[in-house]
Amino acid sequence: MNLHAIKAIYMFEMSRAMRTVMQSIISPVISTSLYFIVFGAAIGSRIQHIEGISYGAFIVPGLIMLQLLTQSISNAAFGIYFPRFTGTIYEVLTAPISPLEITLGYVGAAATKSIALGLIILATAAVFVDLHIAHPLAMLAFLVLTALTFSLLGFIIGIWADGFEKLQVIPLLVITPLTFLGGTFYSINMLPPFWQKVTLFNPVVYLVSGFRWSFYGVADVNIFASLGMTALFLLICLGVIWRIFSTGYRLKT
Amino acid sequence: MTAIISIKDLSKTYAGGFQALKRVDLDIERGEIFALLGPNGAGKTTLISIICGLVNPTTGSVTVDGGDIKRDYRRVREMIGLVPQELTTDHFETVWNAVSFSRGLFGKAPNPGYIEKILRALSLWEKKDNRIMELSGGMKRRLLIAKALSHEPSILFLDEPTAGVDVELRKDMWQVVRDLRAAGVTIILTTHYIEEAEEMADRVGVITKGELIIVEDKAELMRKLGKKQLTLQLSAPLSEIPGALAKHELELSNGGNTLTYTYDTRAGRTGITSLLDDMRSAGIGFSDLDTTQSSLEDIFVDLVRSKK
Repeated sequence: MNLHAIKAIYMFEMSRAMRTVMQSIISPVISTSLYFIVFGAAIGSRIQHIEGISYGAFIVPGLIMLQLLTQSISNAAFGIYFPRFTGTIYEVLTAPISPLEITLGYVGAAATKSIALGLIILATAAVFVDLHIAHPLAMLAFLVLTALTFSLLGFIIGIWADGFEKLQVIPLLVITPLTFLGGTFYSINMLPPFWQKVTLFNPVVYLVSGFRWSFYGVADVNIFASLGMTALFLLICLGVIWRIFSTGYRLKT
Repeated sequence: MTAIISIKDLSKTYAGGFQALKRVDLDIERGEIFALLGPNGAGKTTLISIICGLVNPTTGSVTVDGGDIKRDYRRVREMIGLVPQELTTDHFETVWNAVSFSRGLFGKAPNPGYIEKILRALSLWEKKDNRIMELSGGMKRRLLIAKALSHEPSILFLDEPTAGVDVELRKDMWQVVRDLRAAGVTIILTTHYIEEAEEMADRVGVITKGELIIVEDKAELMRKLGKKQLTLQLSAPLSEIPGALAKHELELSNGGNTLTYTYDTRAGRTGITSLLDDMRSAGIGFSDLDTTQSSLEDIFVDLVRSKK
């Protein structure tokens, strides 16, 4: 294991985050706070409790997930895309490091950032609504697992993308709609029976449901289904990355 | 001398069908400065990129200090530093961080003293806390050298190191390269500036259209392929070359004042003595004489032309 290299990449990425703290931490916090103000404080008081939880508190896990997913993807995608774009990737590719070590450095840093962000949003939420965390360890486990999985996905996108606009395509056109439709703002039990079935094909449902369970002990789908789906997705991403490095896709000619 | 890099039957055909390298065999000796000379698009960068792990070869193998570049990539790459042709840098990083990053990436524990030494040698110490975007082109080039040296490599690749670098800085860089060689580092540089190869290299390989057409000791190459010219300033101008001198290969120029004799250094007899004898017999005197040797540039142009 080339631990110095993993540390070098990790620290490099973290210092980039510190330089762009406005963009990487503050703006997601502000946009999430706006959701709390609008849906939690302003409209939330007119909405019935869902499964015994006030609406403002109900949407907290989903909103954290929304930011966790999109930020994990953008952080990791940008982290690997930028050196490809500027050409500095040559140094990483000529260094005595394995694909696993490269991935650990970049994805580890991206996941760290989005976990920190998730916790900051959680703290922000506590200012607006009355929060209970029924299963703190499960909550942390979901947070870490999701951050890692979606940072891996972002890493793949960053290698695949051949332009800056493509970096945003997946978070904006796929992840955000799936999260909005994945039970962030409602319980899937509120949907008509047909749509309840359809929505089970949305992987984000499992993430939001599992995460919400760790807060309030109520879930739309079985907690083990949630864990299983997250783990499955993690493995798929790892498989794709292994394939990318063994073929040199978009990295080597 | 033993080979530190051994390249066997190396070919590369890019996805578009372009054949960048054609069955290249080459040994680089430990501690030498080897210049890979060739026009743009000859395959120099492809060759370097394969050794450094940026490009996968189509056929052939490369070993570095006995280790295969694929199987033993960790050991091999720890030994190598690469200075790329393009000025690719992280604009927003500081000089110090960028060089420290490179050292870590190559698996070395931090050593601020060593990094200070490199930055001072490359006249970058004053700029260590500056962001890279604030550096001039020449400084960026030196920064890339500093990054490549940060992990104390025993082999250094310099891909077109002085492209776009002014004369003063070029001299400084050549001094750095000489110091490195004195410290035992093997250096492979690519260039299409002939003077660079002539000035620096111990051996020269000429590559064109993916083929390594000649590899030779620099002095030997110049001796073997070089032509010499003897220029005589005549005491009195001639209107034409007299019949008595017709058997010599002569050219009259400068209004009949200058006589130029071209001879081959490979020939057993240069013919100078008989020319001078014939001139004396014909009563042609000269006030001054001068000999010039063809530069590596002339040799190179001849070689590449003869290949076409």
